[in-house]
Amino acid sequence: MIRLLACLLLLALPAKAEEIVLGLSRDEVAITATFEGSEFLIFGAIKRDGRSEAEGDLGVIVTVAGPDEPVVVRKKDRRLGIWVNTDAVEVDVAPTFYAVATNRPLQEILTFTEDLNTRISTQRAIRSVGATVDNAERFTQALIRIRARQGLYQRLPTGVLVEEETLFRTLIPLPANLTEGDYRAEIYLTRGKQIVDVYTTTIPVKKVGLERWLYNLAHDQPFLYGLMSLAIAIFSGWAAAAAFTVFRR
Amino acid sequence: MQIYLPIAEVSVNAFLLLGLGGIVGVLSGMFGVGGGFLMTPLLFFIGIPPAVAVATEANQIVASSFSGVLAHLKRKTVDLRMGTVLLIGGLVGSALGILLFNYLKSLGQVELLVQLCYVVFLGMIGTLMFIESLNAIRNANKAGGRAVPKRRKHNWVHNLPFKMKFRVSGLYISVIPPLMVGVLVGVLAAIMGVGGGFIMVPAMIYLLGMPTKVVVGTSLFQIIFVTAFTTMLHATTNYTVDVVLAVLLLVGGVIGAQIGTRIGVKMKAEQLRILLAIMVLAVCGKLAFDLLITPSELYSLGTGGHS
Repeated sequence: MIRLLACLLLLALPAKAEEIVLGLSRDEVAITATFEGSEFLIFGAIKRDGRSEAEGDLGVIVTVAGPDEPVVVRKKDRRLGIWVNTDAVEVDVAPTFYAVATNRPLQEILTFTEDLNTRISTQRAIRSVGATVDNAERFTQALIRIRARQGLYQRLPTGVLVEEETLFRTLIPLPANLTEGDYRAEIYLTRGKQIVDVYTTTIPVKKVGLERWLYNLAHDQPFLYGLMSLAIAIFSGWAAAAAFTVFRR
Repeated sequence: MQIYLPIAEVSVNAFLLLGLGGIVGVLSGMFGVGGGFLMTPLLFFIGIPPAVAVATEANQIVASSFSGVLAHLKRKTVDLRMGTVLLIGGLVGSALGILLFNYLKSLGQVELLVQLCYVVFLGMIGTLMFIESLNAIRNANKAGGRAVPKRRKHNWVHNLPFKMKFRVSGLYISVIPPLMVGVLVGVLAAIMGVGGGFIMVPAMIYLLGMPTKVVVGTSLFQIIFVTAFTTMLHATTNYTVDVVLAVLLLVGGVIGAQIGTRIGVKMKAEQLRILLAIMVLAVCGKLAFDLLITPSELYSLGTGGHS
């Protein structure tokens, strides 16, 4: 990484005063049968042209977002003594995974307007349009709360380590209940709460081997998949009965 | 050892699943119930999405019932004719159940429906069975020996048309009641992820007046086909059958069922029934309690998309 950094520094100097140079611990995450969760190690350096002096406090924000999916949030209420789902809000866009790691609390390194534009904070990453219920915000808060409890939404206010105002690294833990798809990692560099550079990369998360094959079969050939499940069931039922008959002799 | 389930998209301990399968399998073999009414809620508790739990459980029940019915066929305690009549009703019921399940899923009320079904049916049947078997035991003791239960009374069931002879059960009754029992069980199989044995066994004994000896084998015979049909419907409409989960559950389940069948043979029918009644009531109580107390999280997430 240091060598890479050195090489890049030797190249022609870019127009920006400060720029992100990135490294990743892995190009993709493979979900196998024994998958127990994983982690992204994201590290990099801030390249400077050396001519202009940077002003304001340095901020590094790393976000990792899973594929977007609509989700329905339902609220229970007591009806006739029992708890029943009454209200529902459909959230049109909600990432299945969302982590925000920063070197300092987000509001100290990013202005409110910049957050609105870039949708960095978790609340902004979720969008629900046309909610017809009062306090629709409570529903999105509930969504964040539930997903945070499952380890799917993470806020790591001191998750980014910055050394010498140049090198940074962060470790984002991934839970076992990951959804497949392309994960988008974005690294923002801020000075005095304003974004000066952005670096975006994608990390595919996919099932491999048997998992992949079964998942595809279940969705592409559901009838065949169903028959296969039944055949396995019938066979194991028969095998167990046969095995026990042998044992009793 | 953690294992990743491809359809449920969660990671769970493989030995936990094997153990659950085993315990429920023993009960399944003992009582001739699929064990789904215990397994499905247990799967919810360990974090399997409800839709996957219901569909996969149906597949697992196929295995444990098949294993159980083989043991019963050997002892000639299966009324195939009665089983077929129950089955025809069951397939119709299962299709209706899937329609209802998918409709309520779009309304977000499927969880409630499932829980209410459990509470109502388990409560009713558990109570009836408990009282009945308690009386039977008391009478047997009073007589100072084995009282032969004679329950071939004539009730409204015997006045219906389309009569048919069921030789193994020693019955000559109309096909309408068994068909209706079949439909009810089929609906429950689809929406609750259960085989429906806990409804069918008492219905066969008390409503149809079948001898206890053939009841278990016959219900297992019907359950195999109804749950197989349900599995196919869930696999093709919801893509929620997780074969890895099913295999783990059924490896434990089929072994348990064999052990259970052997324990069941050694026990008296009344004892068997009272044990089943207690278990049914315990599950019912737990589920009713969950509906009544204030949940710790009022909100829940469902999959998006438009109904």
